[in-house]
Amino acid sequence: MTVLVNGTSIELSATASVTDAVHAAGHEGKAFGVAVALNGEVVPKGSWDSTMLAEADKVEVLVAAQGG
Amino acid sequence: MEDPFVIAGEEMSSRLIMGTGGARSLEALEQALVASGAELATVALRRIDPNASGSVIDVLKRVGCRLLPNTAGCYTAHDAITTARLARDAFETNWIKLEVIGDDKTLLPDPVGLLDAAEDLVDDNFVVLAYTNDDPILAKRLESLGCAAVMPLGSPIGSGMGIRNPYNLTLIVEQSKVPVILDAGVGTASDAAIAMELGCDGVLLASAVTRAQHPAAMAEAMRKAVEAGRLARHAGRIPRRLYAEASTPDEGLAEL
Repeated sequence: MTVLVNGTSIELSATASVTDAVHAAGHEGKAFGVAVALNGEVVPKGSWDSTMLAEADKVEVLVAAQGG
Repeated sequence: MEDPFVIAGEEMSSRLIMGTGGARSLEALEQALVASGAELATVALRRIDPNASGSVIDVLKRVGCRLLPNTAGCYTAHDAITTARLARDAFETNWIKLEVIGDDKTLLPDPVGLLDAAEDLVDDNFVVLAYTNDDPILAKRLESLGCAAVMPLGSPIGSGMGIRNPYNLTLIVEQSKVPVILDAGVGTASDAAIAMELGCDGVLLASAVTRAQHPAAMAEAMRKAVEAGRLARHAGRIPRRLYAEASTPDEGLAEL
């Protein structure tokens, strides 16, 4: 299926979870400092594995940046 | 002199809070943070850049700064609330520097969106440090909603214009029972000192340091200015007079 990860269309398997989208966005390793929004809603870290994606989902994978 | 700076029940070791935006490099940021002596430093949430080398999180960890996530770039209460929740999940803190911006030319806060977001976030157990206009009534409303600190601007973000309305700031300081932190507009050390002399509990700044020609030197200047301004505030300054008042007595003056 095709999902939008950080504004870019990518192909993931039909059984992909939020964790797969996080990896596809380029994040590996520990989850501290990373947050995910799925179609505008927060997906808490504890639910990344169990939250399955659907066609055309919009995923934002966010990390700390300089600011403020 | 015992003079603790307490936000939401937690004592801070420094009254200078650093923003991390605008630094030319992570190395420059790290040197500036060390020189500033700040305990708290803000970070934003942005899309991951897989090609980035190093992270602001690692810098904060190395220098021993606690991170304060912000909602920079949010123009609606909805976006700010969602960003705060994302930040809580990412950084495992319920502290948030709440910004709801009104327009991209002035970056002035949108007071209506700010109040809406503050109310929701306080209800959701966030410790809200609200970036606000220098409006005493708005500051009072934010405090009564349960914000942990009110953070009025001195002038627009990044403008370096200092404190444009010291009268409003004085009113905010006088009425507030939560800490008042001057946030935005500081251009140089004297601005930070004036904020503290006016009675602010702290100063939050970024550009004045990160975009200075020598960020670490300016950070040290800001640390000293905040300390000096705080001391001066409590030292009991002399009144302003129109005419001179001699400090040397006339008594015993020679007749020549």
